Amino acid sequence: MRRQLMKGNEAIVKSAILSGCRAFYGYPITPASEITEAAAQYLPQVGGVFLQAESEVAAINMLYGAASAGVRVMTASSGPGISLMQEGISYMAGAELPCVIADITRGGPGLGNIAAEQSDYHQVVKGGGHGNYHTLVLAPHSVQEMADLTALAFELADRYRNPVVVMADGFIGQMMEPVEFPQTATEPHLPKWAVAGTEESRGNLISSIYLEPDKLEAHVRQLEAKYYVAQQREARAEEWRTEGAEIVLVGYGIVARILKAVAAEAQAEGLKVGVLRPITLYPFPGLQFQKLAERARVFVVVEMSNGQMLEDVRLALNGVRPVEFLSRFGGNVPSHGEVLELVRKLARQTLPAPQPERESVAHV
Amino acid sequence: MTSAGKQDRGRLRVDQDECKGCALCIEACPPHVIQMTERLNHYGYRTAMYAGAGCTGCGICFMVCPEPGAITVLRLASHVAASAEGVKPCAGN
Amino acid sequence: MSNGTEAEYEVTHGRPQAFYENFDRKGELQHQTHYCPGCGHGIVHKMLAQAIDELGIQNRTILVSPVGCSVFAYYYFDVGNVQGAHGRAPAVATAVKRSHPQSIVVSYQGDGDLSAIGSAEILHAANRGENITVIFVNNAIYSMTGGQAAPTTLLGQVSTTTPAGRNAANEGYPLHVSELLATLEAPVYIERVGLGDNRQVAQAQRAVRRAVENQVRGLGFSLVEVLSPCPTIWKMSPVDAQHWVRDVMEKTFPLAVLRDRTKDVQPKAAPATGPALEEIPRILGVTDEGEAEPSDAQAKGGVDLQVRVAGFGGQGVLLLGEVLAEAGLHAGLEVSWLPSYGPEMRSGTSNCHVRLAREPIDSPLVAHPDVLVAMNEPSLHKFCASVRPGGWIFYNGETVPEECERKDVHILARPFMHVADELGDGRAGNMVILGALLEATATLPQASVDAALGQLVKSPRWLTLDERALARGRELLRESLQEVCHEG
Ligand SMILES: Cc1ncc(C[n+]2csc(CCOP(=O)(O)OP(=O)(O)O)c2C)c(N)n1
Ligand code: SF4
Ligand code: SF4
Ligand code: SF4
Ligand SMILES: [Mg+2]
Repeated sequence: MRRQLMKGNEAIVKSAILSGCRAFYGYPITPASEITEAAAQYLPQVGGVFLQAESEVAAINMLYGAASAGVRVMTASSGPGISLMQEGISYMAGAELPCVIADITRGGPGLGNIAAEQSDYHQVVKGGGHGNYHTLVLAPHSVQEMADLTALAFELADRYRNPVVVMADGFIGQMMEPVEFPQTATEPHLPKWAVAGTEESRGNLISSIYLEPDKLEAHVRQLEAKYYVAQQREARAEEWRTEGAEIVLVGYGIVARILKAVAAEAQAEGLKVGVLRPITLYPFPGLQFQKLAERARVFVVVEMSNGQMLEDVRLALNGVRPVEFLSRFGGNVPSHGEVLELVRKLARQTLPAPQPERESVAHV
Repeated sequence: MTSAGKQDRGRLRVDQDECKGCALCIEACPPHVIQMTERLNHYGYRTAMYAGAGCTGCGICFMVCPEPGAITVLRLASHVAASAEGVKPCAGN
Repeated sequence: MSNGTEAEYEVTHGRPQAFYENFDRKGELQHQTHYCPGCGHGIVHKMLAQAIDELGIQNRTILVSPVGCSVFAYYYFDVGNVQGAHGRAPAVATAVKRSHPQSIVVSYQGDGDLSAIGSAEILHAANRGENITVIFVNNAIYSMTGGQAAPTTLLGQVSTTTPAGRNAANEGYPLHVSELLATLEAPVYIERVGLGDNRQVAQAQRAVRRAVENQVRGLGFSLVEVLSPCPTIWKMSPVDAQHWVRDVMEKTFPLAVLRDRTKDVQPKAAPATGPALEEIPRILGVTDEGEAEPSDAQAKGGVDLQVRVAGFGGQGVLLLGEVLAEAGLHAGLEVSWLPSYGPEMRSGTSNCHVRLAREPIDSPLVAHPDVLVAMNEPSLHKFCASVRPGGWIFYNGETVPEECERKDVHILARPFMHVADELGDGRAGNMVILGALLEATATLPQASVDAALGQLVKSPRWLTLDERALARGRELLRESLQEVCHEG
């Protein structure tokens, strides 16, 4: 199959269209604009809709409309725009509408800067909008994954009738790597629940309103049940050379790429180091952490934020292993050298040997 | 049939359960043939009521009424109206 | 006068078909609306339902309901229903309509919804000329939330948030959204009507029907603003509220047709249908077709080349890296190209990381390059120390400043831009450097470089120039090596 050199941002759009996406509504923002631009180029050519909205608020509500109408739809933005979209994301989760949102993250808070950062974790993974809901969140670390996880995002969005976010830092969006696409396109289909302006769909209603407390509670419990299934089935992580690892480096996106380089070098020095890379940030792959904790002595979380995923790692480990944290942000990237230095330091320290008793207590 | 041999062109029906007694229809009816009941309906509203005669079937009360089905206006069927005028529809053709 | 028997009468005005028989409301309230007695929303609902019946479009109609007292419009209308966020109905309606152009989409909104929180959405939907119908129910107040001021609240009008009456000095003036929208090119029909008396009601009914019919005819954006009584919040009897519309409200919001281009515009063409599914991979350019012939031009041996290219915008930094990466891919290698973008991107500097390797590439970030291309002195300063011993520095300048001298790396300093100038255009300087780089690293076959260049440089003039520049760069490197030999 053909491998093409392509930017991550462009790969998202091509994969989306091959996955049956036929509508894109968005508002430009660095470093996500190439997605909007590629959508403007290709969607009209495949009989789809492209519209540059007047704001991210309008864009996400257009997604609400298109998804209500049963069309596979997506948008793309970065931190400040995702903040504005939170209203619509909450409505879509409440109304159980599928959509895909690409968040190509940049620095914050406020206008921050346009450099790559991973500080959108909280607002995306924890549900920055109001109410009891989650978005499913996928975190690609290569251009190939930008394509593959976008395809998966559309599948999951439909399966769970819920917004799915593909969250990548600016580097993954901007960089070029070889990528392959499937040679066939998915046929868009109209879901039964969609409001399509036809006799069959006349009785359909898309709404997030549940006036009576019992009904709203039942609705949210049903959403919870859905998320529970997603936790059981969809959590993914890559374990990279973790056999026998005593030090487990944890990171996603571009950070995971750096961690792999560090681990390779550390292993060459004879250190027992591996990488655990969450691919789904929600549902968080907690089981894989617990499994590795049986053998590993310490986990090292590396993030381009002030420690947002760190909280989920700590929750997943529930105190059974120490968690070290290294972070750079503001546009700074944790360097190969500084991570390697930390790994060497930890390897030199006499770490407490695994204590299974403590572990079982902690799990009670 | 009235003594004059002429039936009202229109007739009004008010659904006593749906009417909320806003009186907009009463205000709007050109020949003033709608009144308010004294008694309250199931929901505690006084409701509109046709006075019993004089409706022209204009339909104005229907349009000013905020409730979807509180008011129904009927009109004398065309053959009845026509025969009352002494003209047979399609006669002789 | 008196009555004949019921049987002699037929219904001429009765509950429209477009309403549900029973409403999905609590308990025994399923036959009546949730609106207060005398509420204008109920009247406007009936007008809309009548229009849907008359135009025979019930199956095609999709109602987008707002947040406000009419939030539950979907209880009543037996059509497709979408309930949207506060003020966003025009955005929702835009996408619904574009998703199903055959559908008839109605955005039903209150004055707070449309003129305050949703002012941007309505403006832009109107300005795009979306082929939708907007029913704008203006009761000069936020009714649902208990009577706070709206942008449409009249001067002097008391509300819970203007307890002393609206004061222009503090709250500004009543917003005339319809007039505002009528300044735009795209809308085809905008009318303000009222529910103040029988005459107004009859006109309102005609306007609502026209606004829907325009959409059925494919004419474009139509909006009807209805001055509508809210007896509850206005604290008036329904009849007094109706009169207040006519006697007071109308003075601030005169009834008028503000735009009517229905006779001038052509119906919008139905959107073209998309291509066959099988066509799509080709349209996206992801098929094997058009792929350069697999060549024997394969890079040999274990390769791991890390390159950093740095300079200012316009010096061809990114393209140099891209040709290198594309050539690597052609030669069967793993490659990555990463533009260093970020705060510095806007300050004029431009810089990229390129890796070519036999094995999968872990990090695309190049901290310690084997090759540094520095297009200017600041870039050289910034990165010269990071080059691995035994590596190369290509510097676009006459002489390397003392601080950047290194004994453990190869340095080729030339005014590459001038060299390119002699070839015809200084901007090909990046390709002169690339030629030198390729010659020095000897990793990539020329055929791969040719293929990459052919793919990335579309203008024949530039292609020729770049090819000559590459050749010149190779020459420069060979010459410099000879110099070194002679010196040695
Ligand atoms: C984002 C948001 N802000 C505020 C509200 C509260 N709210 C509900 S309805 C409403 C005002 C509605 O007024 P209008 O659009 O004039 O409708 P009316 O009730 O007068 O028909 C407000 C402020 C909300 N639901 N959502
Ligand atoms: S207008 Fe309708 S609701 Fe009001 S009094 Fe008349 S019938 Fe009743
Ligand atoms: S149809 Fe006309 S005349 Fe008859 S009751 Fe209604 S408003 Fe009065
Ligand atoms: S508060 Fe006003 S707008 Fe709301 S239902 Fe009552 S009368 Fe109608
Ligand atoms: Mg209002």
